Amino acid sequence: MDTSIWRPIIYLICFMAFAGLNAAYLGWCERKGAGRIQRRTGPMEVGFHGLLQPLADGLKLMSKQLLVPEGVDHILFRIAPILAMIPALTSMVVIPFSDNIQGRALELSVLLLFALASIGMIAILIGGWASGNKYAVISAARAVSQNLAYEIPMLITVITIVMITGSMNLQDIAMNQQGGFWHWNVFRLDKSIFMPVSFIIFFICSVAETNRAPFDMAEAESELIAGFMTEYSSMGFGLFMMGEYLNIVVGACLTTILFLGGWSCPFGLFPGVWWFLIKIYILIFTFIWIRWTYPRTQVYKLLNLSWKILIPFSLVNLLVTAAFIKVF
Amino acid sequence: MSAYWNDVFGGAKSLAIGLSITAREFFKPVITMQYPWEVPEIPERFRGHIELVRDEKTGRPKCVCCGMCMRSCPSGCISLVGKKPEGEKKKVLTKYQLDFTKCSLCGSCIESCNFGAIRFSKDYNLASTRKEDYVFDLLKRLEEQG
Repeated sequence: MDTSIWRPIIYLICFMAFAGLNAAYLGWCERKGAGRIQRRTGPMEVGFHGLLQPLADGLKLMSKQLLVPEGVDHILFRIAPILAMIPALTSMVVIPFSDNIQGRALELSVLLLFALASIGMIAILIGGWASGNKYAVISAARAVSQNLAYEIPMLITVITIVMITGSMNLQDIAMNQQGGFWHWNVFRLDKSIFMPVSFIIFFICSVAETNRAPFDMAEAESELIAGFMTEYSSMGFGLFMMGEYLNIVVGACLTTILFLGGWSCPFGLFPGVWWFLIKIYILIFTFIWIRWTYPRTQVYKLLNLSWKILIPFSLVNLLVTAAFIKVF
Repeated sequence: MSAYWNDVFGGAKSLAIGLSITAREFFKPVITMQYPWEVPEIPERFRGHIELVRDEKTGRPKCVCCGMCMRSCPSGCISLVGKKPEGEKKKVLTKYQLDFTKCSLCGSCIESCNFGAIRFSKDYNLASTRKEDYVFDLLKRLEEQG
């Protein structure tokens, strides 16, 4: 295995460049998607069909003053946006986009991804706490309880996949699903008849983990203004946004690798990075589609969904998978 | 226990229905009008401020200067002057002023006109910061329309 430090660093630099554009243009897709779903046009004025709008927004964000209000915890207030961005960037390094496009092929890459996802949650907690703003603190508390609740079913689902594959290496998990779509974990009914259910559980959890609507309790703008981002201006806010969109990409990548066969083609034709990109962007579109379909849930309903439905279902799936592996 | 399963399956079904609705809306045509670039088609019975009607044969306003519109207007918005040029039988309109600041678009003037010489225009995007801009010289407007 390649252990040189330069490869991950080059990947990191590429991902940093990607993160900005990705956040900008996912924002554009989000606005366009919202527009189409509500039968509006979305941004139209800046550039062809508003294509330059995200760049204009980015420039505006960068040219604004980074305001640090009175009464905040200065160090933590500045750390939080960076801390929201870095774990998302770092986790991109271990994601295998194709059999040879991967920053670092770690043996425990699944574990690393979940560890980094938890750091992202801490960033929200720190940001909310350091702001010294009631809305921000409430939002941070909500975000933490939500993320804790949804990490459990997510991890149990991942354990199922790890049991099937016998590896915690994302590369191995993806390699194990090469061939047609019947090799994909989501359709591996011979390993557990509940695999499609477990895919849905994982997808719901990744929506909740990234604090996306309908689970955007942390920034419920009608109750909490902008939640933990209330006091942030300029690129402090921009970094949170970039981190958020990057987390969506990571969530979609993870879903693709764990359940949808990574870079394999559904029909066994030309497997490669393009299939991976098609799959993640379909998943990201689903994220957007879900956001503009459902209204925001309530906190207790959100926790009920996790503790009463998702966790029991994923546990049952875990047991069924174990039984299937033992029996067959 | 059955309530629990009803909750799970009923909830899943309603979520799927919600997604299918938004998916269908996504592919329907956009109904927003990009207003300054696209101009709406004004309906037949739209009531803009009044305008004079041209007589297609002579090219001059149909107005015969009887003053019925002026008298029928409850707010006194209309003032018109007609003169009889030498050698002609009928009066010719020389000035037709509408004070649109007082007009309530009731249409009494149009109903009272026996010659069909005035009608509602389709001007809807009027904007000005000065009150005087709303005192229209309708005769001049007709001439400008060519």
